[in-house]
Amino acid sequence: MITLGHMLTLSAVLFALSVAGIFINRRNVLLLLMCIELLLLSANFNFVAFSRYLGFVDGQVFVFFILTVAAAESAIGLAILVVLFRERRSINVEDLNTLRG
Amino acid sequence: MLVTVLFYTFATILVAAGVGVITSRNPVHAALSLVLCFLTSAVLWMLIEAEFLAIVLVLVYVGAVMVLFLFVVMMLDINVEELKRGFTRYAWLGWLVTGIVIAEIVGVIVQRRLGLDVTRGAAPLPPGYSNATELGTALFTRYAYAVELAAMLLLVAIIAAISLTLRRRRGLKLQDISAQVAVRAGDRVRIVKMKSEPRP
Repeated sequence: MITLGHMLTLSAVLFALSVAGIFINRRNVLLLLMCIELLLLSANFNFVAFSRYLGFVDGQVFVFFILTVAAAESAIGLAILVVLFRERRSINVEDLNTLRG
Repeated sequence: MLVTVLFYTFATILVAAGVGVITSRNPVHAALSLVLCFLTSAVLWMLIEAEFLAIVLVLVYVGAVMVLFLFVVMMLDINVEELKRGFTRYAWLGWLVTGIVIAEIVGVIVQRRLGLDVTRGAAPLPPGYSNATELGTALFTRYAYAVELAAMLLLVAIIAAISLTLRRRRGLKLQDISAQVAVRAGDRVRIVKMKSEPRP
């Protein structure tokens, strides 16, 4: 039997992995976007688990909207990435220093 | 019992694929590991009876978003070795933050219990229950405005992505439809009055 604790633990492990991924791959914008997708997936895990175990369908509705926002985010992010590569011939985060940040 | 075995099997695959996403050197391998992550997550959601979202995850994520990622990976000519040069320099910071996040989550759960000891297993669903029907009823009644906002958001995303990547090359001859429609006969044809000349 799968309890709520199983799902929450799995989601926490996934979340921690993707946070580690953001630190490890912090040079490559493409891998950063993939880590953000993984992060959103682990958040969705929590929503689905709580929705199922507490018996409210609203959590799954929220997952629906998170999927929408994540799809829009990755579409725009990848478009920015393509434009960036066209301008700089590189997707290294350290090359993005026009604003001297 | 069988459900537990399936859960542990797919959870192991999911975590392994997640490790593959964050450690693989090749972006194509990372994207394919992420596809495996989404597929196993869909199976896990199927196990806790959230069927509609499992199908949506496969269709939208594996079918659309990850294909988009793979297209972009293959369109860009990335020098992987150069990007991986400082790979391990900040790895310790990553694992430190990971440890802190896990400790915080475990601390909160142990401290507060969050009702975890109350909800042993999910309540069995009544016969004839349809996840898609429940979700659709909620979406189109209580959350109707939110659905419209999500539709607007997707429209804005389409327009933004197209206008960002649209490229105007110099020296390209394009059709200007409004100029074509607005043209009048006087702009194109000039009638010249001239006297007739006698035949030589």
